[in-house]
Amino acid sequence: MDALIWILVGLPAAAGALVLTGGNRAERAAAPAAVAVAAVLAAVAVPAVLHRLAATAPGLPGIGFGLAVDGLAAVGVCTLAAVFAAVAVFSWGEREGEGGRSRYYGLLLVFAAAMLATVMATDLLTLLMAWEVMGAVSYGLIAFHWREPRTGSSAAVAFLTTRTADLGMYAAAGAALAGGAHNLDLSELAGLSAPWDHVAAGGLLVAAAGKSAQLPFAFWLSRAMDGPSPVSALLHSATMVAAGGYLLLRVQPALAAAGWAAGAAAYLGALTALVMGAVACAQRDLKQLLAASTSAQLGFVVLAAGVGGVSGGAAQFAAHAAAKSLLFLVAGVWLVRLGTQDLGRLRGAARRHPVAGACFAIGALALGGIPPLSLWAAKDLVLAAAHLPGLHTAGLAASALAAGYAGVALAAAWGRPAPSARHEASASSTAAPGVGAAVRLPLVGLAAAAAVLGALALPSVHHWWAVMLGHPNAPAPGPVQMALSALIAVAVLGAVALAGTRRGVPAAERRGVRALRAWLGLERAARAAVAVPVLAAARGLAAFDDRVLDRAVTGAAAGVPLLAGALGRRVEPAVDAAVTALAAGVRNLGAQARRPQTGLLHQYYAQAVAVLAAAALVFVVASAVM
Amino acid sequence: MLSVVVFLPLLAAGVLIALPRLTPRAVQTTWVAAAGVELVLVGVLWSGYTGGRGSGEGAPGFAGPLAYETDLEWIPSIGSGYHIGVDGLSLPLIAMTAVLFLACAVYSLRARQERPRGYAALFLALQTVSTGLFAALDLLLFFVFFDLSIALMYFVIAGWGHGDPARSALRFFLYTFVGSLALLVGFIGLYLAADPHTFDMVELAGQTPLDGRAVAGGAVLLAIGVGLAVKTPLAPFHTWLPPAHTDAPAAGSAILAGVLLKMGAYGFARIALPILPDAWRAWAPGIAALGAASVLYGALVALAQHDFKRMVAYTSVNHMGYVVLGLGAAGTAAAGTAPQAAQLAVSGAAVQLVSHGLLTGALFLLAGVLHARGGVYDMGAYSGLAGAAPRFAAVLAVAAFGSLGLPGLSGFIAEFQVFTGGLGLAPIPTAFALPGILITAALLLRAMQRLLLGRRRLPPGTAFGDLRPAESAAIVPLLVLSVLIGVLPRTLLDVVAPAAAAVAELVLR
Repeated sequence: MDALIWILVGLPAAAGALVLTGGNRAERAAAPAAVAVAAVLAAVAVPAVLHRLAATAPGLPGIGFGLAVDGLAAVGVCTLAAVFAAVAVFSWGEREGEGGRSRYYGLLLVFAAAMLATVMATDLLTLLMAWEVMGAVSYGLIAFHWREPRTGSSAAVAFLTTRTADLGMYAAAGAALAGGAHNLDLSELAGLSAPWDHVAAGGLLVAAAGKSAQLPFAFWLSRAMDGPSPVSALLHSATMVAAGGYLLLRVQPALAAAGWAAGAAAYLGALTALVMGAVACAQRDLKQLLAASTSAQLGFVVLAAGVGGVSGGAAQFAAHAAAKSLLFLVAGVWLVRLGTQDLGRLRGAARRHPVAGACFAIGALALGGIPPLSLWAAKDLVLAAAHLPGLHTAGLAASALAAGYAGVALAAAWGRPAPSARHEASASSTAAPGVGAAVRLPLVGLAAAAAVLGALALPSVHHWWAVMLGHPNAPAPGPVQMALSALIAVAVLGAVALAGTRRGVPAAERRGVRALRAWLGLERAARAAVAVPVLAAARGLAAFDDRVLDRAVTGAAAGVPLLAGALGRRVEPAVDAAVTALAAGVRNLGAQARRPQTGLLHQYYAQAVAVLAAAALVFVVASAVM
Repeated sequence: MLSVVVFLPLLAAGVLIALPRLTPRAVQTTWVAAAGVELVLVGVLWSGYTGGRGSGEGAPGFAGPLAYETDLEWIPSIGSGYHIGVDGLSLPLIAMTAVLFLACAVYSLRARQERPRGYAALFLALQTVSTGLFAALDLLLFFVFFDLSIALMYFVIAGWGHGDPARSALRFFLYTFVGSLALLVGFIGLYLAADPHTFDMVELAGQTPLDGRAVAGGAVLLAIGVGLAVKTPLAPFHTWLPPAHTDAPAAGSAILAGVLLKMGAYGFARIALPILPDAWRAWAPGIAALGAASVLYGALVALAQHDFKRMVAYTSVNHMGYVVLGLGAAGTAAAGTAPQAAQLAVSGAAVQLVSHGLLTGALFLLAGVLHARGGVYDMGAYSGLAGAAPRFAAVLAVAAFGSLGLPGLSGFIAEFQVFTGGLGLAPIPTAFALPGILITAALLLRAMQRLLLGRRRLPPGTAFGDLRPAESAAIVPLLVLSVLIGVLPRTLLDVVAPAAAAVAELVLR
């Protein structure tokens, strides 16, 4: 039975690899294959969730590959299976006949495998592998239209920003081993020895903030919008981006054990929800608005992890996935048919595609926190656990901003189009395809999910949910709080939508608005603070390598002939002269030595006497001295 | 059996030289056949390898028990013998060598080579020398193979290179030859320190003759270290590498980076660490720091390159830095502590040797394809190749992502182990090396973006055909093996991990 869990990861991975390498033959089979895999995944997910499967396989020395389905993973698996199925069916209906299908579906399938492994991973090795594969697939899908000059750099910005944050997870893995979690088990991270517990918690917090587009990493999500809309629906809103918040929910005990990390997560999430909510309100491009709102909404998940509200965070994760993937899919429908995602030009789009428009409305109302829809319930669950000072107020303010940007989107979709635009649009719509059943079905399904998850507001449903997640005593919001948040949402969304439908998108161009629209210049700041200095250092070192290091070696080598020349010119004659002088000296000595050999016997006797006398003298002196 | 594996390519080279009037086609076929048989034989070795159990008694105190051992007298007067054998460190490298040489043989089918007989014979001789080096268990034998590899590669670059090959080849030869002299001095130091005098690695590892003699041990380690660092290459001893690579033929670059660089790093794990454990421990923090410096330096300098092949050459400095970092970090493990971290660091270093051989081999062969089509390596001359050559683009993308350490390919398995094991042992060097994987990601993505994406642009007057069958058949298997190791690391680690554990034990005892 437990082997079934490998199918959840292995099947989409294998199918994806086959589709990617299948060449032209795979082009036609790609979409049906993806839908079939989605169906199998949904079917296998049921026993996996019901029986809480778990399995491990040998990996590195002492560290295994571990997958398991617990309450939180059940939420993750179901969310991924549902959104993946919706996106696969939608793409089949919407993208048939386009080029590059094997690449598109192949990457989506590999992504599904990686995301499933991410949510089910029980150790840092498995998690990190799946986590980074998601990033690479995201690169490939953002650069899907690779001929466009901008997509390549957008994909690189997204990949490099998230990988920068991923260094935190590499550090966390090292810290886990050093701190005593020998198999890198996620459940053991809360018991690491100091100071490694702080390194691990901090590293995971950074990695999660990067993936979930929290401040200051949020800008990559704006660039990720260069990918196809269904990709944004699956990766860049519902699942991959949300994985950061999900990870923090999973390692919440480790954050709490490190002390500061939990508080940092809570305030980081609240700050992102506020700031990125404001950024979303200022956008004039639908996908950019949705992207900024993704950062803001996931801020609530991060906040929940920081305050220990795992059940609220998981609810927010699932509800946001349903609502946001729905909104992105509808944005994709309009982009294909109307050729724009500009809010001004989209005016009235919902009226011309009523089913899509109605689904969009449900998604936007849910996003704005309108009761009794899902995100209203989820956000209240998150805020019910937020007891740190200021967090509750910040959360309410962020909810008001959410109602604001939802109102902006809603007004643009359902507002009356300007007369000229109406004419233009009707001209283009005659050529554009209708919204077929394969497109409608996933939209309606996601809309139903975005609405029904509001049932979490019911105490009994919430209790079941909290028990499933293993937090049976999770705090539930009181009726006053729920009424207050509902009132704020309805009032703000109503006011913004009314003003928007009357006046259209405001053309006011204040400086603050421009800064918000440009995502606060975060990307430029990151370039100036990181990319520019690194590139300058790289160029400097390359110049050093060529001009100093290499020269030094060549110089040293060139020194050898110089030295040889010097030796030849100076030392060699001197040595030669010395040798000649020595020879002359020896010859001289030889001539001297010949002189006593006179052949006269009496002179030899005299010499012998002299030598003996000298020897005797030496002997006497030596013995006297010793 | 092992001797057959070592000398079979040399025999084939001799046949090629001896038989006159072979057509170029026949020469190439013979080369591929010889490399293929060699790979099959290595496969037999691999499947028969049981971690040393049941095949000879093995040598305690060395990196795991030995298999397929042969120990014959060679120069008995100085205690040097023809002693070869394999263990978990050397067997994967011998296998990688066989795979890479076969890939180069297949790759060379792509086009008619000038003077094919000499070319094939040189590569076959290089294969014998490389395999012999990894199997050698005698310092003098190791040294002979080490120097022969330099000499043979000199002829490959000088005879079949492009650009300014004579100059690059000479620089390569002189630089690495000077390095090998330092190595010889170190080996003689070990010989003199041993009692009885011997060059046998197994005996030396059992004796560890310089333990407890800090000055002599340090001096010998310095000599051996400099000799190996030149070949590895570690910054700042790497400046011979970029010109040698840029001017070498594609297959020569692949072998130079894939196999010859491994000789240096392998020497650290095979000789320096087991025979000089005390000195290694004493200098381990410095060695780890040198490795980390190489990681960062290589990555940063590579980031600034515009020449694709030069860039890949500098990433080798980066990747080999991880090996030295891992071995250095293992050396800092305190005696008596849990061995897992040191074991992971060594195992990561060993996996990196294999992984880098596969991935960089693939990247250099792809650089050869780029040069064959467009005539230049300058990345600014190309754009949008994904449209003209989709298979080339896909293969290059996989190789690049592998090289930047993406999970699912072998590089990640290596680097993750080095980082995870190293962080607790040598926190500062490891933390400094960590951004290396970010910088390599940046530079490889930038290269892909310049070459593959965007609107199509080619050097004037050239056409960019997609990968031909011979090119695909050479490059794709390298990547398949890398994915196999990345997804199922046990295929490699079952052999490597026991050896890594044994090396870690040597340090920890």
